[in-house]
Amino acid sequence: MMRPEDLLCPGPSGLYSPLGDFYVDPVRPVPRALVTHGHSDHARAGHQAVLATAETLKIMAVRYGADFAGATQAMPLGETIRIGEVAVTFQPAGHVLGSAQIVVEARGCRIVVSGDYKRRPDPTCASFHPVPCDVFITEATFGLPVFRHPSDAHEIGKLLASLEAFPERAHLVGAYPLGKAQRVIRLLRDAGYDRTIHIHGALEKLCRLYEKEGVALGPLAPATVETGRKAEFAGAVVVGPPSAFSDLWARRFPDPVPAFASGWMTIRQRAKQRGVELPLILSDHADWDELTATIAELGPAEVWVTHGREEALVRWCELAGIRARPLHLVGYEDEGEE
Amino acid sequence: MEAFADLLDRLVLTPSRNAKLKLLSDYFRDTPDPDRGYALAALTGALSLRGVKPAMLRALVAERVDPVLFGYSYDYVGDLAETIALVWPAKASPHPDPPPRGGREKGPSAEDFAGGSEKESGGLPPAGSGQGTPSLGAVVEALLAASRSEGPGLVERLLDSLDAPGRWALIKLVTGGLRIGVSARLAKQALADLGGKEIGEIEEVWHGLAPPYRPLFAWLEGRGARPEAAARAPFRPVMLAQPLEERDLGLVTPEAYAAEWKWDGIRVQAVNEAGTVRLYSRTGEDVAAAFPDLAAAIDIEGAIDGELLVGRAEGGRIVAGSFSELQQRLNRKSVTPKVAAAYPAFMRAYDVLVDGGEDVRALPFRDRRARLEALVARSLAGRIDLSPLVAFATVEDLAVLRGRPPEPIIEGLMLKRWDAPYEAGRPKGPWFKWKRDPHTVDAVLMYAQRGHGKRSSYYSDYTFGVWRPAEGGGEELVPVGKAYFGFTDAELAEIDRFVRKNTVNRFGPVREVVHTARDGLVLEVAFEGLQRSGRHRSGIAMRFPRIARLRWDKPPAEADRIAALEALIAG
Ligand SMILES: [Zn+2]
Repeated sequence: MMRPEDLLCPGPSGLYSPLGDFYVDPVRPVPRALVTHGHSDHARAGHQAVLATAETLKIMAVRYGADFAGATQAMPLGETIRIGEVAVTFQPAGHVLGSAQIVVEARGCRIVVSGDYKRRPDPTCASFHPVPCDVFITEATFGLPVFRHPSDAHEIGKLLASLEAFPERAHLVGAYPLGKAQRVIRLLRDAGYDRTIHIHGALEKLCRLYEKEGVALGPLAPATVETGRKAEFAGAVVVGPPSAFSDLWARRFPDPVPAFASGWMTIRQRAKQRGVELPLILSDHADWDELTATIAELGPAEVWVTHGREEALVRWCELAGIRARPLHLVGYEDEGEE
Repeated sequence: MEAFADLLDRLVLTPSRNAKLKLLSDYFRDTPDPDRGYALAALTGALSLRGVKPAMLRALVAERVDPVLFGYSYDYVGDLAETIALVWPAKASPHPDPPPRGGREKGPSAEDFAGGSEKESGGLPPAGSGQGTPSLGAVVEALLAASRSEGPGLVERLLDSLDAPGRWALIKLVTGGLRIGVSARLAKQALADLGGKEIGEIEEVWHGLAPPYRPLFAWLEGRGARPEAAARAPFRPVMLAQPLEERDLGLVTPEAYAAEWKWDGIRVQAVNEAGTVRLYSRTGEDVAAAFPDLAAAIDIEGAIDGELLVGRAEGGRIVAGSFSELQQRLNRKSVTPKVAAAYPAFMRAYDVLVDGGEDVRALPFRDRRARLEALVARSLAGRIDLSPLVAFATVEDLAVLRGRPPEPIIEGLMLKRWDAPYEAGRPKGPWFKWKRDPHTVDAVLMYAQRGHGKRSSYYSDYTFGVWRPAEGGGEELVPVGKAYFGFTDAELAEIDRFVRKNTVNRFGPVREVVHTARDGLVLEVAFEGLQRSGRHRSGIAMRFPRIARLRWDKPPAEADRIAALEALIAG
């Protein structure tokens, strides 16, 4: 059997396959890119050719414009194609709409690039599909044993309880525009919340795309405050990108309760630092138990850790007797799209 | 425990006073006895559980979590209680073995290792569902009943039975420091809101009540009579001062206002009613157990208001000690005879609320002052003296005096209207406080260390120095203090960038940055005072230093000399 590094190896532009002459989630423009999902640190504009799921291609077009790449090819989940000597399969990663793990295989060696992933069910995307492999390339955004995300229902329950306790205050929920925002809205609907949810302009196109892809989000309205209508936002849920909540836009709502839906909200200091009063621990990434249990389940001979808290996950693998190393890939946000 | 943990979690992040009151009164309304009573006790500091030392918790967690993983976690989170609460792995609930794969070794199951699984991957954990977790009442009663030797085992079992927020709340309870931004007074205000009472009514019945306060809640909910147990030597809500502002200066004349020093001690109200003695903090906590020496010396009948200080008798009068001496007596629930003898407490009185049996709060300050002088003169125990009046002709006189107080324990001036009654709360006008400006020094950044928690990715702890003559001639920088706050987030980012670009040496998490006469960063450091210290290379310890400004404009050569600091100590 060949060395896994001949199939996939880390380089300055990202993971590169010498045998297939392609990159996975490259951080700078390349001739041929395989993209796991639409978050901007994984899906960048300017490649000559992009292979991704149809949903991911649509997300990239919404974000970067229709001409974001020279050529695109939609890859159905579960199908295998050959690129050079390499057999390539996309499998769902459970991270956001269209997200996939990329399975590459050649000369009897199989590597799975997880991209970003999570294991718990998410009503807005297909669930993670475990693929046994020789090398598992994992993220480690929440790769510390302090990160154990509670159940979605519990966190949405916190939001609903606060709406009941403070019916006169607008609840501003910070959520990243791709994936998290739609998931929060969908979870609210599943919990029986049927009032109009107000969304920041930055979310509109992506919410529309999700709806078109079959994720029903219920009644939505733009979150603009016209003069004299401030009171209408009393007790309303307003979802927007976290960055918008520190500027003037947010101050127009009545006595707002700043909330933030993110795995980082596990750490109280993080919440405090951002002025968050209502932390909602909702993550699109695997928590510590999911990361470690997934490695245990897949049983790879070797684990490579791409980004996040690499050292702790590598340590865990060491204790488990699994060979592991950090790849120190640059260009992926430490915070991920959380 | 669930509701209490949620309450703490929410309170700790809620800045608005009104929102806190709402959260508290909702909790008191919706939570059954005795849970709400124990919560109230915890919030007001009235719950004395057998203390659990952080070291014990670390030992417990070390049995379950790999030390390296714990180290990474603690370093990231920055707070021990929170780290342990989050990292605590369940002992039982075995993770099903992963499906074996042909030809490969079986993978490990997560609970073999640190951070073992609490749940199956992909499954929804019941965390937060509250099912089967013990109530706050059950937790507190178990802790109260446990002997010292049972303590660790009990805490371990409780940690096992709770989810992460519950474990955090438990650790906060047993280590005796909630520190969630709720004062006892705020909790009492929430009780007042709940029952439609005035806060003064709550404070007056408070003493003599004990957790879990069933009669108190019964009264607030209209199901019971007003608790009367605390009739003797009650607390009377204190009068507070407003800061003096520029526009108030014109009001300050010797005819209208009396001036006194503002003592940097602890505000106390000493009450002696027919032999029942209480020593209350400004929020109405009885602190007599921490200051038995002073409590035993309250030998005058009535209620007086003043400052608790540490000091010693010299030539028939009491000389106040420094703030660091006073610190030896703070944050203790009780005190050893040795410490009490080394740092005796006394009271510097400045007002009287009850003279003998007569409530004099409605009298003008001029009359109360005369009564206070007569009353204090009757004390024989030698632990109460008068806060002297400061004579002045013009407000300019006061401005000078304020900048040059005669003793280091003075933090400014108090101005009190001669004709004002003693009024609870913080009325605008009758009492002003006029604090001394903090001192500042221009110092040079020498070392920077990574912060903890939210700041773990920044160099946020700074050691700075000032110039002193070097042995071989010339000048050198000597460290005089460490500061890790005072700057804005933007300034933190600027300093962090400077540190990364100008590192000359690394020692673990510490970086030495360039600090020559020509190159370096000058920090304007504000501080409250200086003390001689044998533990510091400079011989000086700074109180409460913080970064006031970044002086990018100033070359390091123009930073201060150590002589300037020594002059401050001498003066
Ligand atoms: Zn992502």
